[in-house]
Amino acid sequence: MSESDSKDTPEQAEFRQHCRDWLCDNTPAEPSFRLPISALEIMTEEQLKYLKDWQKSAYDAGLVGCDYPVEYGGGGRTNCQRIANEEMHRAKTPYMPNIIGLGMAAPTLLHYGQEELKKHLLPRLLSGEDIWCQGFSEPGSGSDLASVQTFAQRDGDAWIINGHKVWTSLAHFAAWMIILLRTDKTEKHGGLSYFVVPISSALGRGVTVKPLIKMTGETGFNEVLFEDLPVNDGLRLGGLGQGWQVATTTLLHERDAGELVTPRSGGMKNAASHNADTANLIDLARKTQYNGKPAVQDPLLRDRIMQQLIRETGLQENQRRARVPALLEHPARLQLQNKLLRSEIAQETAALALEVAGASASLYLGDENAPAGGQWPLAYMSTYGNTIAAGTSEVQRNILGERVLSLAKSK
Amino acid sequence: MAQPDDYGFSEEAALLKYSARKFFKSNFPTDKLQKMVADNPDSARVQISNWDKALWQQLLELGWTLLAVPESADGLGLPAVAVAGLVEEVGRASFPCPLLATLNTTYVLAACGESANGALREIAEGTTATLALTNRAGSWQPEDTEVVASEGKLNGTAYFVQDAGKVDKFLVCARKGTGHSLYWVATDAPGITVHADAIVDLTRDQAHVDFADVEADQVCEDGLKALGQAFPAICTMLAADVIGAAEWQLQTTAEYARTRTQFDRPIGFFQAVKHPLVDVMIQVDEARSLVYNAACAIDHEPKRAAEYAHMAKASASETAAFASSRSVQFHGGIGYTWECYVQLYFKRQKHSQMLWGDAAWHRGRLADIVLGKVS
Repeated sequence: MSESDSKDTPEQAEFRQHCRDWLCDNTPAEPSFRLPISALEIMTEEQLKYLKDWQKSAYDAGLVGCDYPVEYGGGGRTNCQRIANEEMHRAKTPYMPNIIGLGMAAPTLLHYGQEELKKHLLPRLLSGEDIWCQGFSEPGSGSDLASVQTFAQRDGDAWIINGHKVWTSLAHFAAWMIILLRTDKTEKHGGLSYFVVPISSALGRGVTVKPLIKMTGETGFNEVLFEDLPVNDGLRLGGLGQGWQVATTTLLHERDAGELVTPRSGGMKNAASHNADTANLIDLARKTQYNGKPAVQDPLLRDRIMQQLIRETGLQENQRRARVPALLEHPARLQLQNKLLRSEIAQETAALALEVAGASASLYLGDENAPAGGQWPLAYMSTYGNTIAAGTSEVQRNILGERVLSLAKSK
Repeated sequence: MAQPDDYGFSEEAALLKYSARKFFKSNFPTDKLQKMVADNPDSARVQISNWDKALWQQLLELGWTLLAVPESADGLGLPAVAVAGLVEEVGRASFPCPLLATLNTTYVLAACGESANGALREIAEGTTATLALTNRAGSWQPEDTEVVASEGKLNGTAYFVQDAGKVDKFLVCARKGTGHSLYWVATDAPGITVHADAIVDLTRDQAHVDFADVEADQVCEDGLKALGQAFPAICTMLAADVIGAAEWQLQTTAEYARTRTQFDRPIGFFQAVKHPLVDVMIQVDEARSLVYNAACAIDHEPKRAAEYAHMAKASASETAAFASSRSVQFHGGIGYTWECYVQLYFKRQKHSQMLWGDAAWHRGRLADIVLGKVS
């Protein structure tokens, strides 16, 4: 029993034991095929099926959505999702495919959805039967998210949607999308409303999903075109013109700064999943010759590897300290740094790995001589997905400066 | 032994920390510090170590110097996380006093075993002390000391002795035969001459100390072992002081960026100011998290204390440098003047940055632990 367990409430302790017992018998075996770094790069039906089966079985065992109310398909527990997440990582499980549903759509639905809608959508979301995607960004609206133009025209009790969303991860598998729409062209923030809209059932009938290819060569995200898609008003979350407030709830959860802990599994070692962390960097530096000796003995590289180790440890310790209120200067100060730091530190670590690898850093996936199977260049390029998506690092610094340091707003 | 998730930072520790913050807020606001240490710009050139001895006496009576003394020597034996929480507040106030020097000495004495119990009891009774072990070149490895002990007498000079002008006792590391031992001696003992250094930092004093046939009590035979054991605490407490001061720099500079107007806007509107200030905050938070991790390791996971203390001090040193640089730069012209308070913290932080090893030095030691020494 570790010390963190000893802090568990009786409910958490009992639940932790349940997780352990179940995971002991039910953690799936590693698949025979390659899994991508994260759910956002799922490309094949085979990958999707394996991961959906895992989410469904974890849901059925009560490890997903444990803190959601029972009437919406949740476990009705208190502060237990973190316990389940810890235990799933410890058991080295695969990750779950419905990452946008769990991390963003579910908490937003719970806060703002109408009763019937929550009862209808949340159970299938938590179990992973319905995959969700997010329609926020547009070709002309990136960092300035509130400028979105995709328009919902009132038509009696319904709305007719026209527009163009981009960077829509998982749209090609999605049943539903959370979407930020303009319902009023005369006001910027106040002219936005938030809906959930069907995707798979509307393909060819107002919805077109086109894959976009990432700089890494992978697919996984898309553009989604809406042409006269009719949507019932009951699919609106929050009031008319309150889309921006609703979107804020989604974004806080996306950046791990929301009230609800996102169900998140992982930890499985897969030949094809390769985290840009210092443990892997050090492993590379031990195996790589640099100026005629192991890179791990080069004084300059040693210093830079230690810089990364310190930053990575600092981030882990931030997350730990965030749970100790007596050591916090401001309630959101550490949470709001999470996404920014996680993405930037991984980027620096991967960039350093490419320097350590030297000439071999030119070798990519599929080259038999590539260090770590060519995963480092892939990891490095992938990190840009994280420093750009969910609010660029520049936007994150604006948010931190404005919300925590109360500096004058940029807009 | 694993660390407790909450660092073992108890309600008692929080009470100590926040009552200290309140104490300094009411009794030692920054204008009082400025008036005390920088009333006369000549203090930039001549060593004038002004400090509020009466206020320090109040803190002594509150028992601040016996917090880290083990209970076996009549102290309170508080965990390192609680002590770090207090030190953070002393750094935030930049209060000139020999607390850090006395804590450092306490941690070394506590690692000496029974032979040092007498000295520890003196500290528990209110004696203040500092370490004397650095050579002329400023080596942080105590085996490089230039003080020699033979036939019970000390000879040589110890350099970069912190707050030497404020303390009652020195704990001296001296070469003895092929080893190194520790000696306990009053600062005014016969044969001792304290030469105050002219230093940049106005909130501390520093000296080099001559020893000429000084009779001193040996309190520890294997001095390097005790110093090695206490070194994580020395680094962690200094890092705690640094993050307290850095938080002051962050808040003070953010306040200026909220109120100073140029081009018809508060300067914090501009991302050339806003983003680096956020980066200062990020560094302060990283260092603070690493400080409590290191302190908790001292209490619960001593095998990893050195590793984590190197991380904490490396991070704190980088934070000290960056927060200081941005605090002066973003205050603009006024920040470059003697009258602006940011100069006081700038100078204290530059001193702390190098003290007990700068960032690169600590990363070098950390690499030796994590990656193995270079063959």
